[in-house]
Amino acid sequence: MSILGTRVLRTEDPGFLSTGAVYTDDVQDERLAGACYVHFVRSTVAHAKINSIDTSAAKEAEGVVAVYTAADLAADGLNPLKPMAPFMNQAMLQPLLASDTVRFVGEPVAAVVTEQVYQGEDALELVDVDYEFLPAVVNMNDALSGEKGLLFTDAGTNVICTFGDSSASNPDLFDGCEVVVSETIQNTRVAPAPMETRAAAAAWGEDGRLTAWIPNQGAQGTKAALVRALGVEPNVVRLITPDVGGGFGAKFGIDPESVVTCWIAKQLGRPARWSETRMENLLGMPHGRAQQHKVTIGGMKDGTVLAYRIEILQDCGAYPKAGAFLPSLTILMTPGPYNIPRAESWSWSVVTNTTPVGAYRGAGRPEAAAAIDRAMDLFADAAGVDPAEVRRKNLLPKFSEPHKTAFGAVYDSGDYVTGLEKALAAADYEGLLAEQAKRRANGDTLQLGIGLASYVEITGAGAEAGGPNENGTVEVHPDGTATVLTGTSPHGQGHQTVWAMLVSNELGIPIDKITVKWGDTDLIPKGGGTGGSRSLQLGGAAVQQASRELLDVARERAAASLEIAPSDLDFDVDTSAFSVKGDPDKSVPLSSLAETERLFVNSVFSQPGATFPFGTHVAVVEVDTETGKVNLRRVVTVDDAGTVINPLLAEGQRHGGIAQGAAQAFLEEVVYDDDGNPLTATFADYPFLSATEVPSFELVDMATPTSYNPLGAKGIGEAGSIGATPAVQNAVIDAVSHLGVTHIDMPTSPQRVWRAINAVNGSKEA
Amino acid sequence: MIPASFDYEVAESAEHALSLLAEHGEDAKLLAGGHSLLPMMKVRLAQPAVLIDIARVAELSGIRIEGDEVVIGATTRHAELAGSDLLKAEAPVLAYAAAQVGDPQIRHRGTIGGSLAHADPSADLPMALLALGGSLEITGPSGVRVVGADDFFVGPFESVLGPDELLSAVRVPRGGPNSPGGTVPWGYQKFVRRANDWAIVGVAAYGGRVALASMGGTPLRATATEEALKSGASIEEAARLAAEGTSPGYDFHADVDYREHLARVLTKRALEGKTG
Amino acid sequence: MTQIKLTVNGGARSDEVEPRLLLIHYLRETLGLRAANVGCDTTSCGACTVLLDGESVKSCTVLAVQANDRSVTTTEGLVAEDGTMSAVQEAFRENHGLQCGFCTPGMVMAATSLLAENPHPTEQEVREGLEGNFCRCTGYHNIVQSVLGAAEKLSGTGSSASTGSSTEVNA
Repeated sequence: MSILGTRVLRTEDPGFLSTGAVYTDDVQDERLAGACYVHFVRSTVAHAKINSIDTSAAKEAEGVVAVYTAADLAADGLNPLKPMAPFMNQAMLQPLLASDTVRFVGEPVAAVVTEQVYQGEDALELVDVDYEFLPAVVNMNDALSGEKGLLFTDAGTNVICTFGDSSASNPDLFDGCEVVVSETIQNTRVAPAPMETRAAAAAWGEDGRLTAWIPNQGAQGTKAALVRALGVEPNVVRLITPDVGGGFGAKFGIDPESVVTCWIAKQLGRPARWSETRMENLLGMPHGRAQQHKVTIGGMKDGTVLAYRIEILQDCGAYPKAGAFLPSLTILMTPGPYNIPRAESWSWSVVTNTTPVGAYRGAGRPEAAAAIDRAMDLFADAAGVDPAEVRRKNLLPKFSEPHKTAFGAVYDSGDYVTGLEKALAAADYEGLLAEQAKRRANGDTLQLGIGLASYVEITGAGAEAGGPNENGTVEVHPDGTATVLTGTSPHGQGHQTVWAMLVSNELGIPIDKITVKWGDTDLIPKGGGTGGSRSLQLGGAAVQQASRELLDVARERAAASLEIAPSDLDFDVDTSAFSVKGDPDKSVPLSSLAETERLFVNSVFSQPGATFPFGTHVAVVEVDTETGKVNLRRVVTVDDAGTVINPLLAEGQRHGGIAQGAAQAFLEEVVYDDDGNPLTATFADYPFLSATEVPSFELVDMATPTSYNPLGAKGIGEAGSIGATPAVQNAVIDAVSHLGVTHIDMPTSPQRVWRAINAVNGSKEA
Repeated sequence: MIPASFDYEVAESAEHALSLLAEHGEDAKLLAGGHSLLPMMKVRLAQPAVLIDIARVAELSGIRIEGDEVVIGATTRHAELAGSDLLKAEAPVLAYAAAQVGDPQIRHRGTIGGSLAHADPSADLPMALLALGGSLEITGPSGVRVVGADDFFVGPFESVLGPDELLSAVRVPRGGPNSPGGTVPWGYQKFVRRANDWAIVGVAAYGGRVALASMGGTPLRATATEEALKSGASIEEAARLAAEGTSPGYDFHADVDYREHLARVLTKRALEGKTG
Repeated sequence: MTQIKLTVNGGARSDEVEPRLLLIHYLRETLGLRAANVGCDTTSCGACTVLLDGESVKSCTVLAVQANDRSVTTTEGLVAEDGTMSAVQEAFRENHGLQCGFCTPGMVMAATSLLAENPHPTEQEVREGLEGNFCRCTGYHNIVQSVLGAAEKLSGTGSSASTGSSTEVNA
């Protein structure tokens, strides 16, 4: 009986629940003995010239070991970070510590090093920075036009890069459409806010090598970025990944603070540690989303969509990070799961005097889904057709051979209409419509809203070079245990358990005898990390493949030692042993074949391309029409990511994604005032989702396998956050659509809802 | 995240606390539950040189009936108020308000005295006390004085408490199911986006008194509403006047006009006896 | 410096501490009990939650000196000598109530306190009872299931998990 597909409890948990996982701030290692503590002075203004930095008082303060500024880094040959891709404006360099200009509130300006942690904040107060204000460019539209000024005078523009070609726009795109609707839609900036903030610990050995402990989503990529930033040879750096308290896309690569911490350890010849506060995290960790969409959708009165255009403006914050290229993924996924005969899109990525924008769960694809599904509802409303019917009419019909879209995406397999029907049935769509009609007829204060979103998303295209691939190493030891090395980088996903399940399923070694390792670049030099929902389909497939190849090697060894043909041997998973065909008593345990020579295989698994999970979300909200307050009552989802290896963990991924997606729709937002001052820089101000704002979710199972890997698995990690945002936003608008409301930007805060209702009423008093 | 350094003294009695306050003057702050003061100290908005811990002064804690009032020691914790059968039976609106403060962990530590002394115009207990028309017993070098709730709060985070004074007890009228006059009708509305937020707008109604949170620099009485009710107006008519005389601020959650609107809507609901 | 004497996980402690030392840092740095974590600066997230005299508190907003003469319990202290976890910890494990684990010790202590005060909470009461504990990974769904499951365990009713059946892997 295969263990795959069963609800195996996580082997990580006993430790996590008792003594706790070991995050970077928890690491106790003799190499870090005597460490000093690094703290950062951060800009309190959004855009300014730095006239001077007076560190003299800080240097005299109790326990202060040193204070560093950009001048110290430059003197040691450290350069600012270049934008991550050549097509990004190369004049937009990000200094490790600000030198002449600060460009966002929270930007690191100086580093103060203390003997004890508590002395840090005392010393920070003593650093005096003389700022000369520059006009802040906060709104992305102002950034695009340039009329409020430039962030980088050398760049000559605020545009980092563009995708698509707006000049190639077809003016006749909507010819023949009976119904055409346009809207400008904001996809609001949010904070990834993993519960573990950023941190780093660094120690240089007598051998001149740096050992760095940094929470990350891909040790190999983080190491490469660190190596580049420090200007050292790759073999100088060993990156170790402690347990990571959540990433959500924001812990890829390297942050300036981590680079500076590693550099300080070298300067001082002693280990150094850094750990940021939550306020620093909300200002300094890259934000997510922050796109503006100008959408136009057109079609026939019967609900058939003919054309769709989306112009994307990406707010990238002060420096080009991953956020700048995310619109290319948004463009790739423009039509979503729909069959739209004519569609076009293009984008601009601009800098603004705000926190830089990076990847956040879904990274470019939630934006595409939010736009097309909002557009579908706008169209349905204008055409007077039920939103479920519009989707039913326009979803691509079921396909099992890869389907290429006009935007170049090759969807591997899909059954979108079945997903829609299953979700509607589970939600009792008809019953909900009846309840809504009743409340409308009664003029109830609490109105019901039903929102749909059908999505498809791209997974398995991660950070690795050369197409989707990942490596895995499996080794069997003479004592019957096994070790697995993976190039993935879990931060809550449970790879320790699932990779062990996969290996156990092949080799018959019990899960509790299998150790899974990741994140140490000395041990595992190659790997693509964990992001883009790539891990199971690539990393899991890799360890399965390595296990199978290991069995082949073992079989050869067993045959040779018994002087028979390999084909004369059977492998029995239940006993983890080979036996001779026809002579079952002659059994050779797998582990025994590791006695004279190590028994291990490293295997690289590649698949033809990315895979495309899909689904439909149905959200049900109650809106208090007097106050505008939204109560999320139900979220019913189909998230089809192919074969499910551990349903318990897959459900957890869906829950987490749904919560984050829903949160963006009705609650969370990063807010700046007109001068670029952040208004949501603490957990008291940033409306981070808590347990009382969401219900338990209703998950419907559906699995349409992919042919791209032997598991039949696609990626599930981000799917929840892709469907939930438009479903919840659409539900809120639906709740008040009978009052004439056609659109409310996310998050649908009570005030926004109230204003939308009143805008239609024309009066301000309810 | 880390407070500036300070010295720490433990008061063994209210008298001892007062003598320590006299000794250290403006440099000293009283510490009971610390859940108003310590968060401010951690972001260095407050940097007292001395903290005087009064949490273990037994005489400052407890709930008892005294005539037609309930007397609550200043260091009584929110959780104790929220769970007190006596308080639910005698002053249910106060027990309810205490149950709304923060979250369970905060309620295990925060005290009614600390919350009232902190004088946050958005907080639950100042608003509830104002609705109840309660009073505050203040002990100082020259003895005890009693200040009515209407006169206690004078500005944002500012009360009439002097630096050498200690808020020792809170008095509220009896008006619950077990009280001589029976239950005084009450209602309570706290409008938030998330459960443990401070109120975007709050309303507490008690008999003919209506108190508002987050509608000005202190908790405020909705006097126009109260007057209208006295003159026989319906709840609906009276509630329409709830925002008169208020001066709400604005933030990214709510502009002035939206707060005024909420004050009207929530006052109606509170006057209808609803909690939410 | 101030002298404090207290009980931590059943063991007596006596230490000299700075008055401004937060209880969370006393536990983590002085005592090496690093399960509870710091997740925010505004007493919002609850990752630091421990029990003080049996009641859940946010140890980032308690001074170590305030714990003088008191008893503190952390998740490390919920595990029996023979390694058996508490019913709440077991329920979290069985219901996949944790992913990255950062919020988990605080969540477990908050849940432990919640169930001590309200042994039979409804789902809504569980959610309200955890309003002071943030989680980014789980969407709270399985955390709620875990607490409801723990309530069943503690009251001796029903089976160990309230949803589905899960495969026990190791003994």
